[in-house]
Amino acid sequence: MSNFAIIRIRRGEKKIWTFYMKVLLRAGRRTGRHLMREDNIIEVRDLEHSFGEIQAVRSVSFSVRKGEIFSFLGPNGAGKSTTINVLTTLLPIQKGTVRVAGYDLAREPERVRESIGIVFQDEVLDRDLTVWETMEFHGRLYSIPRDERRQRIDDMLAVVELEAKRDVRTKHLSGGMKRRLEIARGLMTRPEVLFLDEPTQGLDPQTRLRMWDYIRQVNAAGTTIFLTTHYMDEADMLSDRISIIDHGRIVVTGTPEELKDALGEDVIYLETVDDARAEEAIQGIDEIRSITESPRGLSITISTDGSHCLPRIVELVRGAGIDIVSANLKKPTMDDVFVHYTGRELRDMGG
Amino acid sequence: MAWEFLTVYWREMIRFVRFRTQLFSSLLQPALWMAFFGVAMSANFNRFTATIPVPPGTIPVDYLTFMAAGMIAMTSLFTSLFGGMSLLFDKNWGLMREMLASPMPRTHIMLGVSLSGITKSFIQVVIIMAFGLILGVEFFPGYSPARIAVSILGILTFVGVFSLGFLLFSSNISMRLESPEGLQGIITLLTMPLFFVSNALYPIQAFPPFLQTLSAYNPLTHLVNGIRYFALGSEFFAVGAEYSYTPADILLSFSYLLVFAAVMYILARQAFQRAVVT
Repeated sequence: MSNFAIIRIRRGEKKIWTFYMKVLLRAGRRTGRHLMREDNIIEVRDLEHSFGEIQAVRSVSFSVRKGEIFSFLGPNGAGKSTTINVLTTLLPIQKGTVRVAGYDLAREPERVRESIGIVFQDEVLDRDLTVWETMEFHGRLYSIPRDERRQRIDDMLAVVELEAKRDVRTKHLSGGMKRRLEIARGLMTRPEVLFLDEPTQGLDPQTRLRMWDYIRQVNAAGTTIFLTTHYMDEADMLSDRISIIDHGRIVVTGTPEELKDALGEDVIYLETVDDARAEEAIQGIDEIRSITESPRGLSITISTDGSHCLPRIVELVRGAGIDIVSANLKKPTMDDVFVHYTGRELRDMGG
Repeated sequence: MAWEFLTVYWREMIRFVRFRTQLFSSLLQPALWMAFFGVAMSANFNRFTATIPVPPGTIPVDYLTFMAAGMIAMTSLFTSLFGGMSLLFDKNWGLMREMLASPMPRTHIMLGVSLSGITKSFIQVVIIMAFGLILGVEFFPGYSPARIAVSILGILTFVGVFSLGFLLFSSNISMRLESPEGLQGIITLLTMPLFFVSNALYPIQAFPPFLQTLSAYNPLTHLVNGIRYFALGSEFFAVGAEYSYTPADILLSFSYLLVFAAVMYILARQAFQRAVVT
């Protein structure tokens, strides 16, 4: 009964409440939690995983720093989900060493389970439980004492704005609400790391933007986030650092800025009737850092301002007697980064 | 700390109460068996066996009363065999991954599911006994209220251990299978011999030796022994056969069910520890 009154008040004071939540989360983190000596909350060395003959993950090493948003970016089937499943103890560790929140994954999987929260790639909800029951079930699985559990459920439902849906069965929620519920559930145990496997897959653009807001908010409150995604913009917008993963290997790791800077300033897309000859024709230009062939033509990375380079490239290609179908100048995006490092376009890799 | 299986139990029971059709059909099914099969068969059997003289010193028991014990056993068997199916659904569309990734020991999943299955069996058993009373089943002949209470407890203990064994069996199969159809196939394949090669519906005394041996290893036979001992007493006469149970017989039957449940527990635990859901 008293809880009802509290919720009513809070509804009107969302901002103050969010701030309060952050303080609360921080406080909870400081007390009674195992303190890590290192800055790395996840450390993975030489991780390998195969399903029978198929090698899904090949010698992957990386580390995630405490407090950051770290992304695995790659096409479907690149090994993202396999990695996340090993890190969350759902798959047994076959080869390599993994430390999560200071615990060795092979030796203390239970400790790891207590320290992490997970939002799975596909919906993991009981359609016939209500929102509140879903949270209650989770809190009880983690042995959170009753009073604290009830309090946290109220708190978390307020954070993801689902208080009004408390007694609604999850099958009646929209896609975005379900996702928010799953995030609230993942967070109610106050994990040190929250794993988000493709958190915005299948959501409409508006809901995605809001979801990104929630993820940032959670991160700002002190939770480290490990995210997998095949959306370039998502990795770009959210991450502190990104690892691009392809064919079970990490191709490159860096901040979004580093990755984009590494490509140079601008990229020129050139589609000609004969890309191979066109590539030869422009070899002489010093400002060209690299040329990558893709099914849609050449992507030419320029180390300086591309607009000065474009006319010269056009002249050279025309001079060699090759017709140009299209020419396009673009500032680098994560798409270009991906093409650059993997030689393929992400959006061609569906399924 | 080690009470998380109650959480699994809590959720299973919410679902049990929430699915009205499942709830009512599971409660109605044993009653319908009794009302139609039981009454029809008992009309026939009583006609056949009316001419057989009752040996002195034994209490004659009519067919409906005789088979009511079998109905309790059969209902427990069906409910338990299907009890693991919720795990299969959880694996494909539910909370299995959430539970496997949580710090809760994995054995608690099967314990919670088993406990809810036992609860469902208990509810059904009580309904059959109450409904049987209306139809004219003569359980607990001339018993004092105290003895009736002890007898009911005895029956529920037998049903509990028996159900546990088959719930663990069905949980085990569910964790190893991919699809609900597979489990359905296995259950259908198993129920027929389990049910008919037992003393649930008729005395095994008249079976050919091979079937008699087989039925002695059937857990259902031992469950029915226990139920009849508590419901009808140690000496009675039914369907042309004389029944006489010593406490040692009943203890043996109970031990057999305990061993069966223990073996099923070990096998199921293995399946849960190795479970990989992606």
